Amino acid sequence: MTRLLIAGLMVFAMTAAGCGSSDDDKSASSAPNASPGVSGDKIKVGVLHSLSSFMAISEVSVKDAELLAIDEINKSGGVLGKKLVPVIEDGASDWPTFAEKAQKLISTDKVAATFGGWTSASRKAMLPVFERNKALLYYPVQYEGLEASPYIFYTGATTNQQIIPGLEFLQEKLKVKKLFLVGSDYVFPRTANKEIKAWAKAHGMQIVGEEYSPLGNTDYATTVNKVKAAKPDAVFQTINGDSNVAFWKQFKDAGLDAKTLPVISVSTAEDEVRGIGIENVVGQYVAWNYYQTTPGAKNAAFVKAYKAKYGADRPTDDPIEAGYVGVHLWAKAVEKAGSTNAEKVKAASKGLTFDAPEGKVTIDGSNQHIYKTARIGKLQPNGLINQVGGSDKPIKPDPFLKTYTWAKGL
Amino acid sequence: MEVFVNEFFVGLSIASILLLVALGLTFTFGQMNVINMAHGEFIMAGAYTTYVLQTALGTGLITVSFGLALPAAFLVAGTMGLILEFLLIRRMYGRPLDTLLVTWGVSLMLQQLARDIFGAANVGVEGPSFLDGGITIAGADMSYSRLFIIGVVALVVIAIAIYLVRTPAGRRMRAVMQNRPLASVSGVKTPRVDRTTFFIGSGLAGVAGVGITLLGPIGPTLGLAYIIDAFLVVIVGGLGQLRGAIFAALALGMANSFIEYNTSTSIAKAGVFLLIVLFLQARPQGMIVQQRRGLAT
Repeated sequence: MTRLLIAGLMVFAMTAAGCGSSDDDKSASSAPNASPGVSGDKIKVGVLHSLSSFMAISEVSVKDAELLAIDEINKSGGVLGKKLVPVIEDGASDWPTFAEKAQKLISTDKVAATFGGWTSASRKAMLPVFERNKALLYYPVQYEGLEASPYIFYTGATTNQQIIPGLEFLQEKLKVKKLFLVGSDYVFPRTANKEIKAWAKAHGMQIVGEEYSPLGNTDYATTVNKVKAAKPDAVFQTINGDSNVAFWKQFKDAGLDAKTLPVISVSTAEDEVRGIGIENVVGQYVAWNYYQTTPGAKNAAFVKAYKAKYGADRPTDDPIEAGYVGVHLWAKAVEKAGSTNAEKVKAASKGLTFDAPEGKVTIDGSNQHIYKTARIGKLQPNGLINQVGGSDKPIKPDPFLKTYTWAKGL
Repeated sequence: MEVFVNEFFVGLSIASILLLVALGLTFTFGQMNVINMAHGEFIMAGAYTTYVLQTALGTGLITVSFGLALPAAFLVAGTMGLILEFLLIRRMYGRPLDTLLVTWGVSLMLQQLARDIFGAANVGVEGPSFLDGGITIAGADMSYSRLFIIGVVALVVIAIAIYLVRTPAGRRMRAVMQNRPLASVSGVKTPRVDRTTFFIGSGLAGVAGVGITLLGPIGPTLGLAYIIDAFLVVIVGGLGQLRGAIFAALALGMANSFIEYNTSTSIAKAGVFLLIVLFLQARPQGMIVQQRRGLAT
């Protein structure tokens, strides 16, 4: 009985953690379609996010934003005079499933482009599929950098547009000398912290501790005790998913707050704050490129349209905006190229600009990331985020940190 | 010394949460040999009950709604358990692998149901203001919410112990647990006892859900975070053993807290698993074993 149960639990744990064997498709890569997705007066596009299991918490809102953009484009006449038809697939928070569904969208649905992914693990799983099929993926979330696939457009921030401005803010504005790193145990926090340590070494900041916890971890009492014992001036936080809620609640519970120990997070946005409870995070800092409060007529219209479609209680935030921008950038590039052909869209995308809610964004031709303004925010009692620092103009994306001398050898 | 007291309290706190999520399972699994993978979703139902009450009563009455949530969550989760028992589980007694798969399916459906009703994002529940802050004893910081959870667990354990020892219904429950055929021929209506057990076991998961709102996320996948730990406590403690579950929760909580302090969170998880594997090699029946006479197994 016990043995049977343990076997059952192991199967369950493996499925839940999504570490089944990676089933990269074996189908031979077909010759790239001349103009994929086009049939009659319609163009099919893929939307691939986790709509179930633990990442649905974050990804459902991004899917919603992408559908809003598709709606807007259709209302203003579509692309090349054709209506966009979204094909929605569920990646189910499982990385091999993302690869499978990406292949299905490309070969069965023959979509013109796919918008999707959130975790770096899901992107890494999809990358070979898109490269092999020479098909396009628009990835909407800030990530750890050190990647530039020719078939992926990165509409979220790379390191030099988010993490480095965050560190500069800590040093210049908050006069932080001793920093503690807390993160989830997977590729993004591990890589980000490697970069943070290299930066700190070159800029005279001391790293007094580094702690990782598994994704889905719910107890942070010991981590918080270790942070307290190390007496840092601030904490740099890269915890993702549900664990983020547990961390903030227990950080506050241990008697710490923005006054006694400021924390800067790169994964807590307006959408997450609703689930954390603003009383647990008020006054703390975040680093992103867009907030619901970002000024400008484009953003006012975007926030209004999003709330009108999905409810007044739904905030917009950085990944939501990046998902929305991705769809518009693709549509603009297709119009310019006059075709949905991936190579033509890529060529037309070089230097392409779009008046996004975050301000004017430009696609960098060499690495297919976009120029983004860094914005450091402070959490307000109403659950929104006000900008308190950052860059005054869009920063050129540098995913491999080539222009930073301290980053040599990363 | 300060570190020791601190980590001892953390261990105690982890143990109390483990015990809270595992208590219900001790009985459903122990008495009925039902591997209920949907137990985690009953915890989730308890947490959402807190959220619904708080939203309905407004932010002015947080303490009241939190107090009401404890019995309400017990009823909500208990009723869900009753329905599950009535519709599915009673048809597959003695087929543990089938119940494992079926209840896992139910757990996925309940997660999706929660997602459809409350949205995919986590919801926020504010803790009552009297639980803000904490006290410092011998250099260790003990937060009121963690102390509160320890208190709730202690009360629940005492209540269950009294129920099992002092009441006729509790005695029937123990009789069925110890020897089902003999209890049945002695006139105990075992299906009815099973239903009661399932109600209580699931209800306790609901109470756990209320406690968890103080420390963890409240979302559709909340159950996933606790279900495996809950099963571990039951297996290490021994099936259907209240005392066993208490010892097991304490052992796992303390091991987790001290290993984590000296290494890291990830290593502590792996370390605790390793200890469990070694322990079960030596003692596959768990810490406490049912004393029984006769040949019935």
